[in-house]
Amino acid sequence: MTDFTRRTFVQGTTALAATGALTGTALFDWAKAWAQGAPWKPEKGAKLTVMRWKRFVEAEDKAFNEMVAAFKAATGTDMNVFSESFEDVQPKASVAANTGSGLDMAWGLHTLPQLFPTKVLLMNDVADYLGKKYGGWTEAAAVTCKQGNNWLGIPVATIGGYMTYRKSSLDKAGFKEFPKDFPGFLEACKALKKNNTPSGFALGHASGDANAWLHWILWGHGAYTVDKNDKVIINSPETMKALEYCKALADTFIPGTASWNDGSNNKAFLAGDLHLTANGISIYVAAKDDPSKKDIAEDTYHALWPVGPVGKPTELQLCVPILAFKFTKYPNAAKAFVTFMLEKDNFEKWLAGARGYLTHTLNAYDSAPVWTADPKNAVFKEASKRALPASGIGKPGEKAATAIADFVVVDMFANYCTGREDAKGAVAIAERQLKRIYR
Amino acid sequence: MATAALGGRLGKREIREVTAWERLKVNRNWLGFWFMLPAAGFLILFLAYPLGLGVWMSFTDAKIGRGGAFIGLENYEWLSDDPVFWLSIFNTLLYTVVASTIKFAVGLYLALLLNENMPFKAMLRALVLIPFIVPTVLSALAFWWIFDAQFSIISWSLKQLGLISQNINFLGDVNWARFCVIFANIWRGVPFVAITLLAGLQTVSPSLYEAATIDGASRWQIFRHITYPLLTPIIAVVMTFSVLFTFTDFQLIWAMTRGGPVNATHLMATLSYQRAIIGGNLGEGAAISTAMIPFLLGAIMISWFGLQRRKWQQGENND
Repeated sequence: MTDFTRRTFVQGTTALAATGALTGTALFDWAKAWAQGAPWKPEKGAKLTVMRWKRFVEAEDKAFNEMVAAFKAATGTDMNVFSESFEDVQPKASVAANTGSGLDMAWGLHTLPQLFPTKVLLMNDVADYLGKKYGGWTEAAAVTCKQGNNWLGIPVATIGGYMTYRKSSLDKAGFKEFPKDFPGFLEACKALKKNNTPSGFALGHASGDANAWLHWILWGHGAYTVDKNDKVIINSPETMKALEYCKALADTFIPGTASWNDGSNNKAFLAGDLHLTANGISIYVAAKDDPSKKDIAEDTYHALWPVGPVGKPTELQLCVPILAFKFTKYPNAAKAFVTFMLEKDNFEKWLAGARGYLTHTLNAYDSAPVWTADPKNAVFKEASKRALPASGIGKPGEKAATAIADFVVVDMFANYCTGREDAKGAVAIAERQLKRIYR
Repeated sequence: MATAALGGRLGKREIREVTAWERLKVNRNWLGFWFMLPAAGFLILFLAYPLGLGVWMSFTDAKIGRGGAFIGLENYEWLSDDPVFWLSIFNTLLYTVVASTIKFAVGLYLALLLNENMPFKAMLRALVLIPFIVPTVLSALAFWWIFDAQFSIISWSLKQLGLISQNINFLGDVNWARFCVIFANIWRGVPFVAITLLAGLQTVSPSLYEAATIDGASRWQIFRHITYPLLTPIIAVVMTFSVLFTFTDFQLIWAMTRGGPVNATHLMATLSYQRAIIGGNLGEGAAISTAMIPFLLGAIMISWFGLQRRKWQQGENND
């Protein structure tokens, strides 16, 4: 039954209403059955207002909306869902938390629930139930949502980013396999530049891309913005090494990366100018969907981020946690909805809809069909396992979020790589900013 | 009889003091106050209050969604020692001075040109307005593509012509990036200056020109001694607006560079937004915005006292 719905859903290019009618009954039947035995029974006449981030993959949004509709039909809970762009989710959630009205639930980015730990509904029972049922949570996801032993929200998924490259170019550069360490990676980039098939990573204010790869380099060298007590430790020999490495790497890039935003590497890669970058799966998906880009799609492969001198993966992946506010009148409906989303029959279909853009945070979903549907998706399965939380080794929370939003690490590297500051100057500026944020 | 009747009537009417209320009722100033109240209410609610709140916030450590505590001048102390903040002031001044000067020169030139008699005059005047009509964000996106690191039409054309071998790093190089955003701002701002000055030019009486021509004045003398003096009030107003718009520009920068590369095009407005809304530090962002006020006041003062003639300003006749 679910197989049938999934296939029709993925293939479905018919109008939304028609698709809904096709998959509707099966999904609703299951949803009704689920609601009977659900651990949380929504209150009578419950009404939830949910804010989510604006989707990038249309099918993901469709799967989400279908799920919402099924939940509504099965439990009688009135659902009001609206989306906001990435940048607006956090401010709006903060205002709701502070005024105690407007929203019941918010689905946001990074460590959103940590920004107002006293205003959220604790989800310990939900996390417990799901964790037990689906093989436990990944470390990074748990750190993102937990304060002590309390779950402030539920890490629904992770938006993974990985190395995206043209296999033919890397072969030609003499690398049969994607490099697994930092020196090898630098050599590969140098060779790519020599062949005029360059790599490129954003050095501009690209909140997603630039933060991801520059934190990877920083952490890979064992350098961190703050230690586990939130003391600023950016001024360290490790940071210097990271800067030197980054500069050597940046010298091999395609020109113009200092002006790149989040979309620039997608465009350059799809135009065939860029042969290696790091990104969500969206580049590959876009190439696959465009018949004129068939060559690029076939030649595009994904690889894990190479591991730095610290000897363990240090990836920054974007966690997307959901939370319910303490002041909601329908806590059981909120808990039921979160559980409903993450149940196998819903979640695997949802992952399939997201086409690799979303990665699970519950270990049992390693076997989700999306990871084998296309062998090139498989790498993205690892996103939540190999990630550090956005705060690095520091405390997840508002300060870490501010440091990322203010591009402290990005500007430090960009200052040095573009030659505007020497290494000491670049670190000094970052240290000063961090001390202010973490005072 | 008659006097008695009169006396009786007079005697009946009490002679009483005119109360303050009665005086107020017929007071024209008091009436004027009531007529002004709606306008004043609007100004206070939508201008004075937000401005006051912004200034107040700059003395607090407010975050989004949460009121802050009063921390005195700490935000300003921190900013006074922040190289990015000083860089943004430099950028803003550079942006404003260069863009406004060129906008004025080009705008005046265009206005003089459009004021001449030529075929298709009306259509040409309408065409000049196009950059001003296109929504800022759309034109900014267009410029973003024009100056793209990989897909710039300019780089492509020059490469096809064989003049350059590699793409120009328009938005990735500090000087180029500054040039590009200033260019985009000029493109967008010139029509406003040109059309307003054109309107000003049309108010100059042709008889003055005729008289000057009969007296044997050269074209430069006509411009210098007739056109320019009569145009100064308009110039003052136009340039005040132009400087204010340029100084507080946000959309162009945000869509094209987000303040990059390495903060080389961060204006005070964009830095304030990044720190306040994206970074969540409302207090610090408000302090950056408040720091713009002295500059803006300065710009207004210069145009008000420097460019305008006293008499015009005070409403007296020109003689």
